[in-house]
Amino acid sequence: MATPFSLQGALEQLRTTRVWRSIFRRGPARTNRTRSLAVFGNLFLHFLPVKVREKSLRVRASYYLGSISFFLFLALVISGVLLMFYYHPAAPQAYRDMKDLRFVVSNGVFLRNLHRLAAQLMVLLVFWHMFHVFYRGGYKPPHEFNWVVGVFLLIVTLFLSYTGYLLPWDQLAFWAITVGTNIISAMPVIGKKVRFVSLGGNLVGENALLRFYVLHCVVLPLIAILLIAVHFWRVQKDGGLTVRESDGGQGK
Amino acid sequence: MSETKKSSDGKNGPAASSKPGATRREFLNEVATGALGIAGLGSMVVTYRFLSPNVLFEPPTTFRAGSPDLYPLNSVTYLQDQQVYIVRTDQGFYAVSAVCTHLGCITQWKPEFEQIWCPCHGSKFRLDGTKIEGPAPRPLPHFSISLTADGELQVDKLEVLPLGQVLKV
Repeated sequence: MATPFSLQGALEQLRTTRVWRSIFRRGPARTNRTRSLAVFGNLFLHFLPVKVREKSLRVRASYYLGSISFFLFLALVISGVLLMFYYHPAAPQAYRDMKDLRFVVSNGVFLRNLHRLAAQLMVLLVFWHMFHVFYRGGYKPPHEFNWVVGVFLLIVTLFLSYTGYLLPWDQLAFWAITVGTNIISAMPVIGKKVRFVSLGGNLVGENALLRFYVLHCVVLPLIAILLIAVHFWRVQKDGGLTVRESDGGQGK
Repeated sequence: MSETKKSSDGKNGPAASSKPGATRREFLNEVATGALGIAGLGSMVVTYRFLSPNVLFEPPTTFRAGSPDLYPLNSVTYLQDQQVYIVRTDQGFYAVSAVCTHLGCITQWKPEFEQIWCPCHGSKFRLDGTKIEGPAPRPLPHFSISLTADGELQVDKLEVLPLGQVLKV
């Protein structure tokens, strides 16, 4: 007679299967060594630190500003991909699609507002993160390279926000991009050419909408993902967060 | 170029000529790096050319503004589709751009002040386009205005006229 079913037993059984063992090769993480090996051997974890100081987990050490920015980025990627299923980057269809998302598509207004508010919150938090790091001296050696990566991430965040601004294709979008690209053309020597290439023409039209869409949905997110990976990896390589005595908790 | 540098090195000291293999490797490395550099630069140039459109489907810059009789004496008429003011004075006609020279917003004619105001950043202009106040760096340009053979006004937004030039009808 078979033994009664138990979750623990089923998990143990699963761990012995060939498929499981081909994915999780290190065995259960029961000792410090196997825990470390589990992190080292995982693509998604290996650029995170194996160990962190307890102090750096205190709220006051970072207010989790960088982590929240990252989770907002994840939320933006997921909600953005979902929005892409209904959105055509063409005039005047883009405006109608935006209206459809608000009034016709099930949960469309939730996803659209989620994307919009998360984007605004992300810009706010990335700035806050930067100020927090700056006032704590987190840009000083050995963190100076990561500070520069962070500055580039701030710029990518702002460009993501700006290119997304055009996509609803309403009056606000049109005039914001008209004004913004006229600011670009104020650059000496190359300004007019940069404006022409970024708009794909002399005025904000269909070409501009398509270009901003491709930048917003493909080019800039790829750059952001690359820089975020480097940013996290550098935190580990530079010895973790900058912690101070005043951050609370046991000094370690 | 790198080859002559290497041979001159060989004349000055015996070290370079005693290691001909290293010299050849260096030479080939430089040639390969240079070729890759030229190819990279070239691909940047062709990508830039690719991203600059050759054919644009933008509205024409020359338009007809109808018969001169449509515009009463001493009047300002805003043509919304073209973003141009047609002004008729005692002297004649002129066409002033309605696009603010600051950042491209559309200005408004305020008849009660006899001024042109920009809603975005507060630039103010006289009716002839010269600036009164605000961040606009240049006066509003005057566009070329002419009469067609069948007696209609025609404006060319690519041709800018100096201040004070008017079309007498």
